[in-house]
Amino acid sequence: MAGLGFACLLLALGVCVYGIGAALYGVRSGRPEFSDSARRAVYALAGILTIAFAVLEVAFLGNDFTFNTVADTSSRTTPTFYKAAAVWSSQEGSLLLWAWLLSLWSSLALFLTRKRMRDIAAYATAILLGFGGFFIALMVIYANPFATTRPAPAEGVGLDPLLRFPTMGIHPPMLYSGYTLCTIPLAFGMGALLARRVDADWIKAIRRFAFAAWLFLGIGILLGARWSYAELGWGGYWGWDAVENASLMPWLTGTAFLHSLMIQERRGMLKVWNVSLVLATGTLAIMGTFLVRSGVLNSIHAFGGATLGVPFVALIALLIAASIYLVVTRRDMLRSEHRLDSLLSRESVFIANNLVLVALCFVIFWGTYFPLISEALTGQEASVGPPWFDRYTVPLALVLVLLSGIGPVIAWRRATLANARRSFLAPIALALATLVVLLGTGIAHRSFAIAMFCCAAFVFGSVGQEFFRGVRARRAMAGEAPPRALLSLVLRNRRRYGGYVVHIGIAVLFVGVAASSSFQHASELSLSPGQSTRVGAYTLRYVRPTATITPKYDAAHTGSTLSLGAVLDVTKGGRHVATLNPSEGFYASQDASQGTVGSLVGGQPVSHVATDAGITRDVWSAIAPDIEAPALQRIITVGNATLSSEESLVAIGYLARAYLKSPPPAQFHFIVSPLVMWIWIGGLIVFGGGLIAIWPPPSAVRRRVGARSHARAERSLARV
Amino acid sequence: MLALLALVVFLVGAPLRAARRAMDPAAGGGLGAGIRPRPHGAGGANRVELEAEREAKYQEIRDAELDFRTGKLSPEDYAAIDAELRVEAIEILNRVEQAERRVEQAERDESGEEPEL
Repeated sequence: MAGLGFACLLLALGVCVYGIGAALYGVRSGRPEFSDSARRAVYALAGILTIAFAVLEVAFLGNDFTFNTVADTSSRTTPTFYKAAAVWSSQEGSLLLWAWLLSLWSSLALFLTRKRMRDIAAYATAILLGFGGFFIALMVIYANPFATTRPAPAEGVGLDPLLRFPTMGIHPPMLYSGYTLCTIPLAFGMGALLARRVDADWIKAIRRFAFAAWLFLGIGILLGARWSYAELGWGGYWGWDAVENASLMPWLTGTAFLHSLMIQERRGMLKVWNVSLVLATGTLAIMGTFLVRSGVLNSIHAFGGATLGVPFVALIALLIAASIYLVVTRRDMLRSEHRLDSLLSRESVFIANNLVLVALCFVIFWGTYFPLISEALTGQEASVGPPWFDRYTVPLALVLVLLSGIGPVIAWRRATLANARRSFLAPIALALATLVVLLGTGIAHRSFAIAMFCCAAFVFGSVGQEFFRGVRARRAMAGEAPPRALLSLVLRNRRRYGGYVVHIGIAVLFVGVAASSSFQHASELSLSPGQSTRVGAYTLRYVRPTATITPKYDAAHTGSTLSLGAVLDVTKGGRHVATLNPSEGFYASQDASQGTVGSLVGGQPVSHVATDAGITRDVWSAIAPDIEAPALQRIITVGNATLSSEESLVAIGYLARAYLKSPPPAQFHFIVSPLVMWIWIGGLIVFGGGLIAIWPPPSAVRRRVGARSHARAERSLARV
Repeated sequence: MLALLALVVFLVGAPLRAARRAMDPAAGGGLGAGIRPRPHGAGGANRVELEAEREAKYQEIRDAELDFRTGKLSPEDYAAIDAELRVEAIEILNRVEQAERRVEQAERDESGEEPEL
């Protein structure tokens, strides 16, 4: 099996090399059959890598420990779901996932553009195969997922317990789909510059992929935040970790592009800006992969850092140099066809929004890469923490939310002050009413939160007004009932109203962020059974300890050998609110020096957070039981001395019983955060809006396949 | 593995074989026969670009009307912008028509030089 997998990699590499040559020869010599052959090479690449990926999955699911990656990141006791997800937890497997997803998305993009933009598509084919070839070469030379060791170890190390969380099954594929999708606009953008065809067509062709990249990357980021909140035991959802930042940066530039491309589509403006954003987004996606996979970061995400840094740096340098060269040498063709009609126009708001998004990206870029550059130059470790990021990103986020409320109520091309005044009246009134209510509640000292709530109210007002006026216009035109009019309005103007829904989602999300970060109550303390503490308006009482043994009975289904926890009673004003069961899982380690019993619980302990989540607040709890307590350590020491590895599980039973009988004080971390759930709800609204915007309108589908007559064009001119 | 290699060669090489068959009179082909990939014609590309421009202009016209109906544009501003946009749309339509004529002419010239067998 390993031989088949590695042979697939070699064949895939050969296909990439052939495809690059055929695509370039085809487009340079005017022989489209070679370009077509190169396109088919991408399809073949997808097929070959699918087989390779399936080989690796089968090895993981079948506990084939002759595969080094399986032995290093899986084990017999790892639950089946996590075995399947363990494929991409290793360096090698994640590179294969990257290359595989790239081949799938590239095939789709090239299939959809097979009858248009032949010269641009040929260059794009070569570039996409170049990326594919790069990642496959990394696997062949540095990180072979099919490397084997014989004889195979009897048991594997197991999946890092921190990764045993349900969303980890989809978080990396989503994130990598986002990253790989970012390379498609980059490839077509470079193709357009190389072919010297920087018109509206290539923008139109890649628009949907840019949107899909934005959507997948966003879902991946949100799932990562959710994992951090529910699994990592620190109670936060965003820590400005370098890997989080790496995924956020291309999302920000991608968001900027999705706005500014509308200006290019309409007015032929911002061509240099747009193509630069596309190239920057693709390059930032590769840089994100570099951060995770090169091992340059001492981060939770940079598992198994290896020797991939130099090739990645070379690729990134090549991308940056090629991007600058192409934009500079094609600058004459990238001139704007029009100028801004008015500063009071939606175009101006979009440009302002672009500047804020790029400024945000720059701040995050600086905060993420500066410590690395500084360390590389001075040899001294440097880092910037959340307060540094907050200082710059908070005001920019406020402006961004405000702009997302201004954009929808300003007309394209030019608006007049009188109309603008009318359109802004209701949103401003709502924002002011919110301000008055908030000041009345005595929270004036939380200026960021107040400002964000007011900005969000402004967005709700402006977008709500837009929907109301749109429905009213539809009703006046078609005489439809309000629900039908709303549906027709959205279906006929998916991008516009899908975008508005996204704006609502962003405002909701930031309300959750502002509330949960400004009005949070937290407590970290040691409690014994029967003791209680007060956190905010809530009282949490440690009722009794809990203990479960063996992977089979692990309540969290993560394969821990021993799980120690607590039953907590949460009350408010004397009334029972919830019962929480936080626990900590102890996992087996491969370190034989810990003894037969000690190694069963000597792996990295992982907190299993318990939360009572609600619309208005979350009560979050985590426990760190004291397994170092003398009574427990004595059992481990005696077990190590007297029990064989086959008998050692008996001692785990004794450990659990001893813990239940006389539990040592446990360390607890409690957080009461208002409106956290609105972060996830906001995220869902954002992606719902994104789906509305990305979904192809039926009329466009018909237009593609049907006759392109002037009569239809005339009809579409008259339709709203 | 060899079967996979053969399948890849078969699939990837199909366009090259088709082009060779089309060029080979002995195989019942010759120029103009069978699958004959279109060259990267500038006329066709130009037409596609113009069609993209046309779609964008239609969208702009629809958006201006929606802006007007949702109270973001005054009647005077809307009338001016709409007229401007329609002039631009007609300009694009004329250019599309010219491009279509050029492509049709090129195809006629091509078929005149290389008649189907």
